[in-house]
Amino acid sequence: MLQIISLLLENKTGALMRVTGLLTARGYNIDSLTVARTLDPELSRMTIGVAIEPHQRRQLIKHMNKLINVLQATDLTDSPAVTRELVLMRVRTPQESRTAILKEAEIFGARVVDSTLEGFALEATGDIEKLDEFIDIMRSYGEIEVTRGGAVAVSLESKKLRLSPPVPRGAEEGKSEEKNGVI
Amino acid sequence: MSQLMSGAKILLECLAREGVDTIFGYPGGVTLPLYDAMYDHPIRHILVRHEQNAAFAAQGYSRSTGKVGVCCATSGPGATNLVTGLVDAMMDSIPVVALTGQVTAKLIGSDAFQEADTFGITRSATKHNYLVKNVNELPQVIHEAFYIAASGRPGPVLVDITKDVFQGNAHYTPVTSIHLPGYKVYTEGHTGQIRRAAQMMLEAERPMIYAGGGIVLSNASEELRELVELVDAPTVCTLMGLGSLGSDHPNFISMPGMHGSYAANMGMYGTDLIIALGVRFDDRVTGRLNAFAPHARIIHVDIDPAEISKIRNADLPIVGDLKRVLPKINAVLKELLPEVGERTGLKAWWKQVREWKAEHPLRYDTAEDVIKPQHLMREIDRLTKGNAIVCSDVGQHQMWAAQLIRFNEPRLWINSGGLGSMGFGLPSALGAQVANPNQLVVAICGDGGFQMSIPELATLFNFGLPVKVIVMNNGYLGMVRQWQELFYANRLSQVTLDGFPDPVQLAGAYGFKGRTVERPSELAEALATAFADPGPYLLNVKVAPTENVFPMVPAGGAINEMVLSPPQPAELRK
Repeated sequence: MLQIISLLLENKTGALMRVTGLLTARGYNIDSLTVARTLDPELSRMTIGVAIEPHQRRQLIKHMNKLINVLQATDLTDSPAVTRELVLMRVRTPQESRTAILKEAEIFGARVVDSTLEGFALEATGDIEKLDEFIDIMRSYGEIEVTRGGAVAVSLESKKLRLSPPVPRGAEEGKSEEKNGVI
Repeated sequence: MSQLMSGAKILLECLAREGVDTIFGYPGGVTLPLYDAMYDHPIRHILVRHEQNAAFAAQGYSRSTGKVGVCCATSGPGATNLVTGLVDAMMDSIPVVALTGQVTAKLIGSDAFQEADTFGITRSATKHNYLVKNVNELPQVIHEAFYIAASGRPGPVLVDITKDVFQGNAHYTPVTSIHLPGYKVYTEGHTGQIRRAAQMMLEAERPMIYAGGGIVLSNASEELRELVELVDAPTVCTLMGLGSLGSDHPNFISMPGMHGSYAANMGMYGTDLIIALGVRFDDRVTGRLNAFAPHARIIHVDIDPAEISKIRNADLPIVGDLKRVLPKINAVLKELLPEVGERTGLKAWWKQVREWKAEHPLRYDTAEDVIKPQHLMREIDRLTKGNAIVCSDVGQHQMWAAQLIRFNEPRLWINSGGLGSMGFGLPSALGAQVANPNQLVVAICGDGGFQMSIPELATLFNFGLPVKVIVMNNGYLGMVRQWQELFYANRLSQVTLDGFPDPVQLAGAYGFKGRTVERPSELAEALATAFADPGPYLLNVKVAPTENVFPMVPAGGAINEMVLSPPQPAELRK
């Protein structure tokens, strides 16, 4: 089963690699990954969809939380959360199916973003299973080309974000001896 | 107040502010500006003969002192040569900062001369790593690197610095604070859990304390001793934790695991409460997991939350620094102890443990014509009396040394535990001797691992480092040979090491004394002579070539079903 993991991380070079590296090192293939800046441009929000063996899940989240660049990693799989995905799709269709396609699109809340003699370009959002159905139905009308945006999720629980405060460091030359010890 | 300085000078200034007195390194093209700045800087640079050994030496420095070890290499091959040493430090949680040069920022990605993706390559080899392309970021990054390396669960941090950063000038203002909002270090431990842990310890009938490298890393030896005496539990120290409880302490039951003692393993099997302190339930300790401590509940104290319930579910986890948590547990124990009646269960448990100890002590057969490797370790033990720094390589000699040499204090036993990197012994001893110039430092190597690090003999000579290099020479890659004998029908494949160089000539060529000893009767004198010599010394000890390490829990075996002594040759050599 697909796990949905949500991460808040620093918007820095290599941060993405550190997170995905934890998965690849254990031989997990990432099913879906989205990442973008948050309101604070120094941070990014990442949503990963990946099938992890259950016994490895907690361990992996702990390791993600250990990463210096990660502020918070949360497993949304079993907690209240909303997951959505965007799909962009082109459907090639003969004249006689055009009306039916528009009807189906309406049922799924999809919007037409382009219309040509050959067919339509559609935009749909929804939860992952719903979009799977939508794609299956559209396939029955003709040749389709699909780009999925990857899952994005938001937790419905308010989880306290714990951040570490600044640490004094480096200041005076004289005190350096003790600073070098393990803290 | 700021000052216009070159990146190279800023780097050295930051290192000085972090208390760095020594760098182990090897120069190269892109680090030229750094080495130029080092030319008249008070920080001492130890020029090794291979970058891997710079990383091992930095570890020896760190493991023996608790300070952050620093190593330095150039871009490309210099950086890639560091990798084994970094992974080794990662596995054993050793605080090391590695500085590497990188090609000029605008050349990155152009396959420039000696270019390698050091940042990418070392991502999984370090606790954290940096690529610095802007000289203004350098001071902040350096102080962050030292903080990350030393705090929490320590580990290696690499800072890759482009050549133009070394060369560039910046207005340098000393850093006074760093901010890593996502880096969480839990030190204090949960008060309620601490109380419950103390209660569990006193309620247990057959408690065992399982102490590891975490005790050494957090300098919590004293606190451990107090806990051991309050709970009065038999205590095993892992390979990484040897010395955290003095080997002569009455509660010390030696090392558990694959080559652990009978009493330690039977204790770990029979216990009803494991008090796991700074350990990670390594497979070399637990053997087959479902047969490990099947009747025990687990208290697990560790600073790394990811270690809790990783291998074995913890019934009572405490995330915190042992140095902070143990005194709190001890305080609760002192409060509870007067109310505890006679612990009859514990008495019976001790009787049982002592019986196990007496039944199968660590022993070996002596021989008159050939030096037994165990005899060598016993002699080193007798002469060093638990006070020398002993740096071991990896293999059979490592296990015998761990079994038979006593350590009165932590940070005396230095070895590559988690990664098991051959070649570790000599360079780590080099680093330990640099940090402890007045202490006896012994490197115990096999003839295999020693030959991986031979060039560092030159470094010993250059810096007048009086390391005593003891080669336990059996002419084989002994541990592999042992497994081939026991599990592959004695089909010895690629384990014979012929052509060991004459140690007198070898050491002589490097400028110091060497000697070979073969007869058991000469061993004590030869060791004493080596230890008394003011300079470095290479002692080649020829030992019984096919001796095997016992007791032994075969890989995947149960710890209570260890093989205690050599099986009959007839069964094996079909």
